[in-house]
This record gives sequence, structure tokens and C-alpha cells, in this order.
Amino acid sequence: MNVYAIKAIYRFEMARTFRTLTQSIASPVLSTSLYFIVFGSAIGGRMGAIDGVSYGAFIVPGLVMLSLLSESISNASFGIYLPKWSGTIYELHSAPVGPAEVILGYVGAAASKSLMLGALILVTARVFVPYQVEHPVWMVLFLVLTSTTFSMFGFIIGLWADSFQKLQTIPLMVVTPLTFLGGAFYSIKMLPPFWQKVTLVNPVVYLISGMRWAFTGTGDVDVVVSAGATFGFLIICGAVITYIFKTGWRLKT
Amino acid sequence: MSAIVSIKGLNKTYASGFVALKSVDLEIKRGEILALLGPNGAGKTTLINIVCGIVKPTSGTVIADGHDIQRDYRRAREAIGLVPQELSTDAFETVAATVRFSRGLFGKKRDDAHVEKVLKALTLWDKRDNKIMTLSGGMKRRVLIAKALSHEPTILFLDEPTAGVDVELRHDMWKMVRGLRESGVTVILTTHYIEEAQEMADRIGVINKGELLLVEEKAALMKKLGKRKLIVELAEPIAEAPANGTLSNDKKTLTLTFDAGTTVGPMLGELNRAGVQIADVRTEETSLEDIFVGLVHGKEAA
Repeated sequence: MNVYAIKAIYRFEMARTFRTLTQSIASPVLSTSLYFIVFGSAIGGRMGAIDGVSYGAFIVPGLVMLSLLSESISNASFGIYLPKWSGTIYELHSAPVGPAEVILGYVGAAASKSLMLGALILVTARVFVPYQVEHPVWMVLFLVLTSTTFSMFGFIIGLWADSFQKLQTIPLMVVTPLTFLGGAFYSIKMLPPFWQKVTLVNPVVYLISGMRWAFTGTGDVDVVVSAGATFGFLIICGAVITYIFKTGWRLKT
Repeated sequence: MSAIVSIKGLNKTYASGFVALKSVDLEIKRGEILALLGPNGAGKTTLINIVCGIVKPTSGTVIADGHDIQRDYRRAREAIGLVPQELSTDAFETVAATVRFSRGLFGKKRDDAHVEKVLKALTLWDKRDNKIMTLSGGMKRRVLIAKALSHEPTILFLDEPTAGVDVELRHDMWKMVRGLRESGVTVILTTHYIEEAQEMADRIGVINKGELLLVEEKAALMKKLGKRKLIVELAEPIAEAPANGTLSNDKKTLTLTFDAGTTVGPMLGELNRAGVQIADVRTEETSLEDIFVGLVHGKEAA
């Protein structure tokens, strides 16, 4: 294991984050604030409590997940797409590093950034709605697990993409719909029985449900199932990245 | 001298079906400067990129510094530095940061003294806090060299180091390469300029259409390659050409072939003494294309 390489990649990526701090932090915080103003305060005030929790507090876990998912994917996909695009990836290919170093460096940095952002959104949310966290340890676990898993997923998208358009396609066309339909703004118990079954195919349901359980003590699916499903996705992403590096798919000619 | 890089039966066929390398065998000696000479598209970059791990070979083996580049790629790559042909740089990084990054990536502990030494040697020290995007093309080339030297490699590949580079930087680069050789680094450079190979190399390999045609000591090769022609238009046809010349069919043009180092004056004097009436003279250098044609034909005839 080339520890110096992991450190070098991690530092390099974090430097990029801090260089673009305003865009990195300001825009997700702003968009989350808008959600809280519109759904939490303006509309939420006219909605009844769900599972004994006010609507404003109910959407906090979902909104944190929404930002975490999209930011993890965009951070990690951009982080690896950029050197591919500029040509500097030659250095990574000629360096004494394997998939492990590359994943730990790039995904580690992307996940760190997402975690910082997640914390910031929790603080921002507190300004708008008073919420409580029933199971703080589980909350941190879900934050870490989600940031890591979706940074890996983003990393795969960055490896796959061969244009800036493709880089945007998956987050926009797949992840955003799955998040909105994953119960960020509603409990899946509100859906007709048929759609309650269908929605369980959506992996984001498990993430949001798990996070909501950590906050309120009630979720749509069992917390162990939620954690297990997320962990399963993490393993799949890790396997896919290892395969990509072994075969050189989209990387080497 | 033992071989520091040993290439055996190396083939590369790209997915498009393009055959870039045809069973290349090459031994690179420890501490030498080897120039790979060949026209564009000859396979020089493919060969380098395979050794450095950027392109996967179709078949064949490469041993670098005693390590197989595929099975034991970490150890092999630690020994290798690469300066690519393209000026691919991280536009928003500073010079010092990008060089430190390279050192870490290649598994070396941070060493600011070494980075300083490399940057000073390449006259980049004053620019260390500049963003790379603000540098000129020549300076960016220096940054790429600094990155390649950051982890103290024992084998350095320079892919077309002087393509699009001004005279001053070219001479600096030659000086630097000689300095590296003195410190024990083996240098492999590609070029399509004969003069550059002549100026720099201990040995020269000639590559064309994916085939390594020959590898020879510079002196021996330059004798073969460095031919010039003296073309004499005759005022009066002559019956017979001198020993080192050929006569055109209409007997009006005489072509004399001579080594690059020879001066033309005595040859003309000799023609004069022989009573040859000269209407006009011009000289021609053998172009690289001619040389390749000659080498390929020579190989087929052998």
C-alpha cells in the first residue's frame, strides 16, 4: 500500500475543495435553506404532523440525504473526470498505485467534503426548524456510509463519462428522481398500497428511512435493513471500481 | 553494462486494429542516453507508454530496473519518471504543489529540499507559487520535467521533449539531460530530429511503422545516416562518373555522396582539375524519410 500516494491525492483534492469553497458550500446551503423556507415554514405550517413529528422536522433527514447524495456524486465524479479531461491522468496511470490508493484518495476526499457539507446543512436546518436526534450514533453512521457509498458511485460515473454532458446525466436523470420519490418529502405510508411495494425497489428509500429513524425513532423500513442495503451498495460500488482498474475499462487503451 | 530496461517480443494492436508495435526487442543499458528516432506515428510514444504503464501491451514482456512492469508494477514504476509529449497540467495548481503531489503519488516521503533542488535546476524556483495556467508553454514543459524528477527516478523517459520548444530551452534541456546522466540516471528520449539524437544520445534506435529497425552506437549510425549529396549540373556531358558519384541518364547531372562532416570545396577542386565544366551546384541532405526507406530496403535485402 502506497500511503504517501493516498495522502497526496487526498490533499490535492481537498485543496481543490477549499479553492472553490464558495461554490462548494454556498450553493447547497442556499438550496437547502430554500427548501426549508418553502416546505418547512410556508407549506409545512399548514400540514399536520407525521408520526408525531412536525412536517418541518420530518423533512430534515430527507433534505440532508438529498444534499449528501447529489454532492457526493458530483464531487467524486468531477474529481476523477477532471484529470481524464485535462490529460493529467497519465500521471495516475504511470504511478505505483493500485485501485485501493486511488479509491481511498479520491473517494475519501469527496466523502470528507460531503460530510462537512452535511454537518453544515444540519446547522442551517436548526435555524429554521427545531429538531431532535434520537440516535446520534446511527445518524453519524448513516452520514458516513452514505457519503462514502455515493462518492464511490460518483467516482464510477466520472470514470464512465467521456463528456461533461454525461457527467451531468446520471445525477440529473436518475438520482434526483429517485431521491424525490424516495420519501424525502413524504412517508411512503402515504402512498397507495401498490406503490408502497414498488417504491421499495428504490435504494434511496432505505437511506432516507434509515436517516429518519436516526432522527425520530420511526422509519418506513427497519433500520438494520436500511444499513444493510446501503452497505451492500457500498460493496457493489467497490467491486465495480476494482474491476474497472483491473481491466483498464475507459482508462487505458 | 547491464540492461536497466529489457523489452522482449513487445506487440501492441489497438482496439481499432491499428498495429502500433511489431515484436519489439530492446535492451537499454544502465546509465546511457538512448534516443528513439522515427517519424510521427512510428510507435515511439506507444513503446514509452507501455513501459510506463499507460498503455497495456498486447503481448510481450518488459523488465524495468529488475521488475516486471505488469506483475510487479509498483516497484517498476517507482523507478520510472515520464515527461509526456502533451502539455497536460493542472491549470489551477501552483508549481510547487503539483511537484510535491507527484512525489507523494510515486510513494516518496515529502522532501521540500529535493523539490527546491529540482525547481532551481529547471529555473522554476521563482515561479513556485504561480498557478500553472499563468506559465508559458516552455515553462509548462519544465513543470512536467520537474514532476517527473520529483521522486528521484533512475529511469527517465522524455517523449518529444523539444517539440515546439525554443532554442534556449532546447539547449537547457540538453544540458539538464547530460547532468542527469552524470548522476546515474538512464534517459530515453524520442525525437524526430536527427540533429537532436546526434547531439544527445549515446545510442540511437530507429523505429518506423512499429518496427525497431536497428539500435546502434551513435558514431556508427551517424556515419550511415549522416550522408549528404552534392549535385553538380554539368555544362558539358562527361562519359564517366568518379568513384563516389553517379551520373544521370542524360549524362548532364552528377551526384556525389559524402559524409556530413566533409567539406565541399576539395571535391569541387578535384572536378575542376579533372576538367569537368560546372554549370551549377547545390547540396542536399538525406531526409529522414530517405533514411527510413534505405533502412527498410536494407533490412529486406538482408
